[in-house]
Order: sequence, then C-alpha cells, then structure tokens
Amino acid sequence: MTYIPISPHERDEMLATVGVQSLDELFDAIPAKQRFPKLNLPPAWTEMEALEELSNIANANENARGDLISFLGAGMYHHYIPSVVDHMLRRGEFYTAYTPYQPEISQGTLQAIFEYQSLMAALTGMDVSNASHYDGATAAAEAVTLAHVQFRGKRNRVVLSPAIHPQYRQVIRTYTQAMGVEIVGENDGLSDVRFSAEDLQALVSEETCLVIVQYPDFFGRVYDYKKFIDDAHAKGALVCVIANPTALALFKTPGEMGADIVVGDGQPLGIPMWFGGPSIGFFTTRKQYIHKMAGRLVGETVDNKGQRGYVLTLTAREQHIKRERATSNICTNQSLLALASAVYLSVLGKAGLKQVANLCYQKAHYAANELNKVKGYGVSRDVFFHEFVLECPQSASEINAHLLEHGILGGYDLGQDYPALKNHLLIAVTEMNSKEEIDALVSVLSEVKYG
Amino acid sequence: MVNALEATSPKVVEPTVFDLSSPGRVGVQMPAPDVPAMEAPPSHLLRSELPLPELAEADVVRHYTRLSSFNYSVDGGFYPLGSCTMKYNPKINEDVCRLPGFLFTHPLQPIETAQGNLALMYQLQEWLKEIAGFAGVTLQPAAGAQGEFTGILMMRAYHKSRGDDKRVKMLIPDAAHGTNPASVGMMGMTVVTIPSDSRGNVDLNALEAACDDTVVGMMLTNPNTLGMFDENVEKVISLVHGCGGLMYGDGANLNALLGIVRPGDVGFDVMHFNLHKTFAVPHGGGGPGSGPVGAAEHLLDFLPDPLVGIVEEGDDETPPLYGFITPAKTIGRMKTFHGHFGGGLVRAFAYIAMQGPDGLKDIAQYAVLNANYLQAKLRDTYKIPYDRICMHEFVAEGRFEGSDVRALDISKRLMDYNFHPPTNYFPLIVPEALMIEPTETENKDTLDAFADAMIKIAEEAKTAPEVVKSAPHTTRFGRMDEVKAARELVLCCWLPEGYDLS
Repeated sequence: MTYIPISPHERDEMLATVGVQSLDELFDAIPAKQRFPKLNLPPAWTEMEALEELSNIANANENARGDLISFLGAGMYHHYIPSVVDHMLRRGEFYTAYTPYQPEISQGTLQAIFEYQSLMAALTGMDVSNASHYDGATAAAEAVTLAHVQFRGKRNRVVLSPAIHPQYRQVIRTYTQAMGVEIVGENDGLSDVRFSAEDLQALVSEETCLVIVQYPDFFGRVYDYKKFIDDAHAKGALVCVIANPTALALFKTPGEMGADIVVGDGQPLGIPMWFGGPSIGFFTTRKQYIHKMAGRLVGETVDNKGQRGYVLTLTAREQHIKRERATSNICTNQSLLALASAVYLSVLGKAGLKQVANLCYQKAHYAANELNKVKGYGVSRDVFFHEFVLECPQSASEINAHLLEHGILGGYDLGQDYPALKNHLLIAVTEMNSKEEIDALVSVLSEVKYG
Repeated sequence: MVNALEATSPKVVEPTVFDLSSPGRVGVQMPAPDVPAMEAPPSHLLRSELPLPELAEADVVRHYTRLSSFNYSVDGGFYPLGSCTMKYNPKINEDVCRLPGFLFTHPLQPIETAQGNLALMYQLQEWLKEIAGFAGVTLQPAAGAQGEFTGILMMRAYHKSRGDDKRVKMLIPDAAHGTNPASVGMMGMTVVTIPSDSRGNVDLNALEAACDDTVVGMMLTNPNTLGMFDENVEKVISLVHGCGGLMYGDGANLNALLGIVRPGDVGFDVMHFNLHKTFAVPHGGGGPGSGPVGAAEHLLDFLPDPLVGIVEEGDDETPPLYGFITPAKTIGRMKTFHGHFGGGLVRAFAYIAMQGPDGLKDIAQYAVLNANYLQAKLRDTYKIPYDRICMHEFVAEGRFEGSDVRALDISKRLMDYNFHPPTNYFPLIVPEALMIEPTETENKDTLDAFADAMIKIAEEAKTAPEVVKSAPHTTRFGRMDEVKAARELVLCCWLPEGYDLS
C-alpha cells in the first residue's frame, strides 16, 4: 500500500458509494480465466532497503567520477555540471508537472522552453528551434522527414556522410526503412576516415532531398562546410548539420555556413551521462521550414490581462490533431532536459561556455601533442575539437584492455565501425581531465612493451 | 496604421534570461587551463559572436524559482488528467537515480565495468515481461510514441519476413490516442477506423468486415480511452489473429491492469509500456518519458538492437555476465545508446521493487476504485455517456442543457478551485469530453473536494455562466491569445543579425 493514502474504513465507504461489495468486483469485465494472475516478482522492498540495494547496484559499476579516468566520448561527454542545474531540476513544480497544455498554470515550463528555444537558436545561428527531440540521432531522423516532405516525396535520396556517428546512421536507417527513401554515402567507397568533401559532394544529385554531415565530425575534425553547402544547394538539396553544442561556443555556426537544419545532442549542456540517457535532441532551422518541422513549439503571446505569456503553438501540425496525416508521431519533448540546458547556458553564459570550450580545446590538443611524441602512436594534423583519432601500434581493443588495468577508460575503438581503422582510438578530452590524468594516459602508453 | 492596442507592450511578469542579462556578469567561473597554452584554432573557423546571456548565479536561481512558481504540479495538487496517469512521484526515486554509480557511467564503457547498470536493466526487462505477460522486452524506446513506432516496425518486419507483402491496413478504434494513427502514417500504411459500440467496446461487426488478408494488425488501447475494459477483447483478438493480423496493445492505460490481467495472456502480440505513467517516472513538464516494448515469442527476433542479455552464465560463486545481444532479424536501433536509463529505468526499477506483486495489484485496484468513486459522485450532475463500472478513468460530457458553458470553460474554472483540469475534448467520440483519471495516490478528501468543485461549477453554469466562461479568475495568468501566437510566431527572444521580421 505504499503511496496509497486510503484507509480500510474509507475504502469501504467508497465501495458502498460505487455500489459494489469488494475491490475484486470492480473487475468483472476481465476474462475470468486470466483475471488476477499470480505475479512472480520479489516481495516489496521498504524505502531503506531500496536505498541500500540500489546503492549496491550503482556501486557494482565503475564510474568516471570515482573509479576511472575517462577519455571516452563518441557522442556522450563527461562535462562539469554546475550545482545550480540540478537544484532547479529538483523543484517539484518543474519535474512533477505535465505537458503545458493549460498555459494559465504552466507558464514556468512554457517560458523555460521558450528560453531554451532562444538559446539553441543563438548557439546554432539559426532562426528557430523546436522544444526538442529524444536525442541527437532521432532529431537527425526527423530532419530526413522534413526534407522528404519539403519535396513532397519527389526527391527520395538522402546522402549521409560516413563521418557521422555510427549510431546516428543506424537510427536514421531504422526511421526511414518504411519511408521509401534511399540512403547513400555509407557503402559507396567512402567508409573510411580519408574520404573528402568532394567525394561526398559527388553523391549529391537532383534526386537528393537531404545531405547530412557532422560538425565536428565523428572523428572530431572541424571543417568549414560553407562551400560544401553552397554546392549542395546548387543541386537543390537541403543540408542538415549535426553539431556538438560545446564546439559552437568557439567555432563558426552552421547557420553562418548556410545550413538549412541544425540538429545535435544537447547532453553536453548540463545533462549527466547516466549510461546514455535520457538526453535531449535539439533541432533548429530556417523560418521557412517552421511548418514542416516536427515536435512541439512554444510561442510568445499575451493573456487577457495584457501580460506577456507563452503557449504551445502551431499544434495543428501535431499528431493529436492531424492523426495519420501528421509527419511525425512525436508527442513529447524532453522538457525537463530543455530546462537543464537553459539553466546550464544561463549560468555559464557567454563567458563560461567559451571557457568550457577553450578548456576542452586546450587539453585535447595537449593530449594529442603528447601522444604524438610517443613511439608508435600518431595523431593527424586536422583541426579538431574535443576528440581526435589516435593511431596505435596494435589493436585498439588490446590498448584499451591495458589502459583499464591502470584505471583508465580509453577511447572509442573505431575498428568496430570502420574496418580500416582497427588500430585507431577516438580519444575525448574535456575540462574534467586534469593535466595529471592526461600525463598518466601518455605515461601508461609510453611504458608498455608491445608484441 | 498602427493599432493602438498592438502598440502597447504587454506587461512582463517575469523577464527572460536575455532580458535579465547584463554585460560582464558571470555565473560559474571555470578554472584556468592547467596545460601549456596551445596554438589557437585558425581564425577563419571561429565564430565572431556568442549571443548568450550574462547572469550571476543568484539571478539564475531567482529567475527559475519564480518561473517554477507559475506551474501547477503533482507535488502541488490534484491532477486528474485522463490517460496521463499523473500519480505521485516518490521522492526516494529522485535520490536513487542520482547515485554517482549511475550518473557518471558512460554508455560505451566496457560491459565488465557496468555490470550494475546491466543487471538492473536485465532485471527490469524480466519484471516487465512478468507483469504484462510477454516473452521479451526492449527498454530502448524513449517514450510511448516511440514505443508504438517500434512495435509497428516489428509488425511490419514480421509480415515481410514471411513474404506476406500485401498487408498495408492498420485497424484503429475511433477512441484511440492520436499517436496511434500518426505512428501508422509514418510507415506509409493505411488507417482503417473501427467505431465503438453503445457500450464503448469495439464494434464487432465493423471489425469483422474490415478483417482481411491486407491487415497488418490492430492497435487497441485496453482499457480504452473511455476508461472501459473491452468486454469482447477475446473475440476482437481472435478476429484479428484469424485474418493473419497482429494485436498491438497501447499500454498507456496499464495502471488499471497491474496484477489484474496480463495483456500477453489475453493474446496481445506486442505492447508498449509508459514508465512515466504506470511506474511513477515523473512527467518532467512533458518529458523525458520512457516507452519499453514487450513482445510475444514470435516477435522476439524483430526487437530493436541491442537488448540486454546474459553473455556468460554464472554459477553458485560467480554472478552471470550481462551484456548486449542483437536479435536475429532486428528492426534496428531506435535511438543512441540504451534507452532512458537514469531518468526512466532506474526510477521505474525502484518503484516496482518497492511495490512487489501485492503492491502492484493494490495500485490497479485503488486506481479503479478512485475513478469509480468519482464517477458515482458526478453521475447525477454530468452526463456519463458510457455509464458502467469503469477502469482507472471515465469520460463525462462537459455541457448542460440550456447553457453555452463548454468543457473548456469547466476546465478553466476548475483552476479557480485549485485543481488541474481533466483532459478535455478527448476522446473525440464524446462531445465536450472531460476525461478524468484520479490515480491511486489521491485520498478520499481530495476526491470529495474535486467532486464538490465540479458540482459547484455545474450550478454556476446555470446561475452565473459568465463567471465560468471567463475563468480562470484567480490564477496569475489569464487565458492566452492563441491566435496571436500562431499568427505572429514569435518563437525566440533572440533574433539573428539581419533577421527579417516581415
């Protein structure tokens, strides 16, 4: 009876009001032979037991704060989250509220989302942002839907850069498997880190509705996509850029480069790694595509007292109105995490976010320079942010196993997705990595004797 | 000509973070680099301006605390929102999901270093299978709508794997949630709407007429959005199975069935759970949710990639090694990584563990008792179009003879009595619908007070209709101009340079 506040006496009164004798009698409509199954579940824990048991479960993990020095990124990053973020998230007024369908009593959530939309538009250099998607990958998949609808199904090809996060590409394939679009770019001789923008551009044609590239790409490399985007536009295609939001504190925005859609994962903006989720997918675009964009939107208005207020707007695009004619079935956003991102960006602000990005840049380059000096290891000379590809003298999995023995969580083993890169690690460095940690990584890799 | 009204700026109750910004203010100071200075990135790659606000920490705390005070919430009051299961969210779950061992684990770290997380996920899969009667469960879907999408992709893949390519029709009752047809629309399938009969059940004649060898399956919410358990569910399922279709269960209303009946036992082939409804994961102001999907034996191979499984059996001394496995004919990956682990799965795990089998049954029984109690208290005042024992929710008509007060007005007036309105104008088959779901976590006093307010409003609709139609009167914000919002589309308080306002 945990959390059920009805006494036996009250229960009996209520049953009498309903006109039944027992609780079981309320379920006569259920097929008798399947009614009241005996569930094979363990007996209930008390709150004290739950805390104890869940602490044991949590402690059975090794984590990047207590046990491991982490150089693992690949789409999920260990950043510092200012204390104030979780204090705001833990206000029951925010986290126990529903979707703000009743604006008179939901202005807190609505204004927070409006601010989130504004902050994301500012960060990406685009006109508008929606209220968010599940994660970066599903936001990218929704970009495909937008482009497909934009051309009314007349352009059925999507060009994916092979340097997009492998899981994003998998999700896009899942989402589009019944849409009648063809995906090119992965299996066209480009499945290697050495492909060029020209190689990718060669795949763009009059059939292409959307080209998707990543910025910085999965290997951490920073390109100016301006010319690439201009060329794709010349063929009539739309371009979506998957961006890392922390990088956008330093680098030219996809908006400046001419992107039509910018998506990405907002996890670096104040959301813990939490074994991968929940996170938040941001989606920003040009104003001419607002009506084709999926997801919730908050707009400014006034109330009948002349006060500025906010409402969910353009809801006629959404599933509960349009039903099967809606282009997406999405009916939530990641509201609470939009709030987290808004608080994070507000409290770090212009100076703080630049400091975070600069720390990531400086430390990652220090790590790359030092590792490049170690015999047998090599780092490419591309401009990179956050992450870089480290060529190793033997298989990445063996290197990682060795690092783990020294309490170091190594980089992402690129051989898993790129067969040509089986001796390559993707190393991520953030502001959480001290110089000592980086030196420890360099030293463990220097001292080991291979083969 | 400038309209005088439009020229007046609206009164700002709470400025935005951009309004509050003052150049030079700093919130959180980051440390100076502890590594030697590196060469700066090439200047042609840098952005010129970063138009973010500048605030002190206290500015930010005051701002968002004030914003929070503008919200109605479960912590603050009764939220009888039909089909949303706005139950109380236990506080211990907030603590356990933030244990450092959960917060700071990376989704791609070696499985040997994440056995706690994987064991929890494995156990939760097992529990959900047991609770709903399925052979397999994926925890990956991010929300109920994504769970539906997952389930329909699996149904499609099942038929395709059997070379059964002509199935394009999905049967959906007229009482269904809007996500059902929208999910089908994403797949290029056709929706065939099946009407409800006078008792709120699926109309069997219409169903039988629609069943043929082009049917993918049927999506059924049971209990349905009228709060009715379909009395002919076995017949419905046998008709659909009889024509080779599959049964999809929308688990939105599972709260009524815990320990009462297992959808898998009745014959559902695939179903999504809403951990944010049934298992007390907080709604967060509209997400994140969590929408695991359960599947019967014949659909296991199609589940999303990956599932959590045992990759090395244990023995008396060693626990098993948990890891990831890929189903043989998987539909693919629905999102990055492993689902809404921290925010959804850990909280739901803690909730189920603290209920046990008896506690789960109590939840359903009291959720149903509370709904029937409210229905009984309101029956004489509000028309209940499908009036029989309901499950966890019921639908009343928000209209009265000789009055132009509507469901929307009643909803707004409830705010003056400090209640959140019920779901209104849904399901579409009831005029002026008010869909009321009290959940099991409300006490009798609250239910009585809510019933009293509803009865009072019904009186007001006759004696003082203007008071109801202009409500709410006591809230900080009044009714919003939604037309203005949609026409002007101000979606951002910051405008890019050179932005054309026209």
